[in-house]
Amino acid sequence: MSFRYEIRLSGAGGQGLILIGKILAEAAAIYDEKNATQSQSYGPEARGGASRSEVIISDGDIDYPKATNIDLLLAMTQEAVDKYAAEVKDGGVIITDSGYVREVPKGKYKAYSFPITEIAEEKIGKKIVANIIALGAIERLSQVVSPEAIINAIRARVPKGTEETNISAFKYGQDLVKNEETVTPSA
Amino acid sequence: MSSRTYMMQGNIAVAEGAIDAGCRFFAGYPITPSSEIAEQLSKRLPEIGGRFIQMEDEIAAMGAIIGASLGGVKALTATSGPGFSLKQENIGYASIAEIPVVIVNVMRGGPSTGLPTLPAQGDVMQARWGTHGDHPIITLTPASVRESYDMTIQAFNMSEKYRVPVIILLDEIIGHVHEKVTFPEVDQLEIINRKKPDTTPEEYLPYINDESLIPPMANFGDGYRYHVTGLVHDETGFPTNDTDQIEAMLTRLNSKLDKYLDEIIQYEENIVPEAKIGIVTYGSSARSSRHALRLADEQNIPVNMFRIQTMWPFPTDAINEFSKNVSHLIVPELNLGQIAHEVEHAVRREVEVLRVNKITGEPINPEEILTKIKECL
Repeated sequence: MSFRYEIRLSGAGGQGLILIGKILAEAAAIYDEKNATQSQSYGPEARGGASRSEVIISDGDIDYPKATNIDLLLAMTQEAVDKYAAEVKDGGVIITDSGYVREVPKGKYKAYSFPITEIAEEKIGKKIVANIIALGAIERLSQVVSPEAIINAIRARVPKGTEETNISAFKYGQDLVKNEETVTPSA
Repeated sequence: MSSRTYMMQGNIAVAEGAIDAGCRFFAGYPITPSSEIAEQLSKRLPEIGGRFIQMEDEIAAMGAIIGASLGGVKALTATSGPGFSLKQENIGYASIAEIPVVIVNVMRGGPSTGLPTLPAQGDVMQARWGTHGDHPIITLTPASVRESYDMTIQAFNMSEKYRVPVIILLDEIIGHVHEKVTFPEVDQLEIINRKKPDTTPEEYLPYINDESLIPPMANFGDGYRYHVTGLVHDETGFPTNDTDQIEAMLTRLNSKLDKYLDEIIQYEENIVPEAKIGIVTYGSSARSSRHALRLADEQNIPVNMFRIQTMWPFPTDAINEFSKNVSHLIVPELNLGQIAHEVEHAVRREVEVLRVNKITGEPINPEEILTKIKECL
């Protein structure tokens, strides 16, 4: 059985979840030469409304491109974590933004709460890079895609002229995990 | 890694496949979840001497590609759900006037505006019978990004060779999923162009009923003046009310594909000798099914699979043959059983046909198919 790692990125439309899904998948597939798929589910609204993006990473063929047994969940709203926490596998990881998520449902996963949006505003001065900060935390906690590959994919995917800002946001995200503030995993 | 390796979604692969097939005209009206096809071609076509036009609606877009094709240019339109309904009238026109065109429908939840951003496979019967009257049509159903590219090239080849509208049915999942793809080099592709007349303009019969059943097609502007109409016509292209002429024309029109079924009908089979259960499926539901097959295999349950690639003309004989070694067939699809009916017809009700259906805008979870497999044991 080949290795299959499932990531769900969830929150509200406009939070950039589809973009970081594309960056992760491209990093894995093109720069790390694994297989990856990225798919999405969103409502008819341009902003707001529930949005999610899913990335499957494997060393073999990926038949079903949707998550069924989640290894890592990023939840950028309370609604998202309430809805999807139950689909995270035992021993899996949940990352939430403490600015939006007060409480993570109990379960056999490791839950991490980080002030993602707050750091985007304080350190970068731009709330819009919160998704890339989350990507830094995802890289550290999943360790399925190399940081070099992600940085290459960020350069290829973000608007011209914003590359360095985004790479610095990515590094702030990685640092969040190094100075880990863990919400105790519930047994 | 090849220089033609990309992380790409199905919709963009359709646009790139169209370009590599020689398409140089696109007319359309944007609609989710197909808009990326138009967006990509609005950038790409002008770069290579092609034309992109956003029309006032889907009806006009369908008319525009018919006009472009009559002028000798390979032409594409792309739409979804409500837009596909609007195109039906002119699809009938392309069918009776035998104008090669390719129509992409990225299926979303219906009816009407339905579920604009969510996947469905509810337009499979509309692709066959959406326009009125008996008519020939070819429909292809890709299940991956690479296949979206390949089938777009095949769609152009088939439309050119058989002078028939070809519909490519993606669904939202195949249209939007990003996967790693490597495209073949362009000089390795087989590209088919329409047969041109070898007669003088004076002798040219635009709808000649010869052995091939496919009349040669002159471009407008090449000096071959002829009449094009949605009315039933004779070999000259002018309308007729003569019963013999009507019969000759409609018989040729409706049997022209029969002569070439072996090259039109494509499917993929996975056969395990000891299996007593078979799955028949297509598009994104084939992705769910393949995963279900893996889950079944882990539990030592052998299951066969038949993936429909050419939806219309329907692979009736091949499915009948596939059914002979099994006691149950399962048909997973994102509608309420449109193709399950066709499968029942194909197996002449000699094998039990079970359905796995979903119309809520979610894909079929492989576990749901596994549950159905276990019900057959």
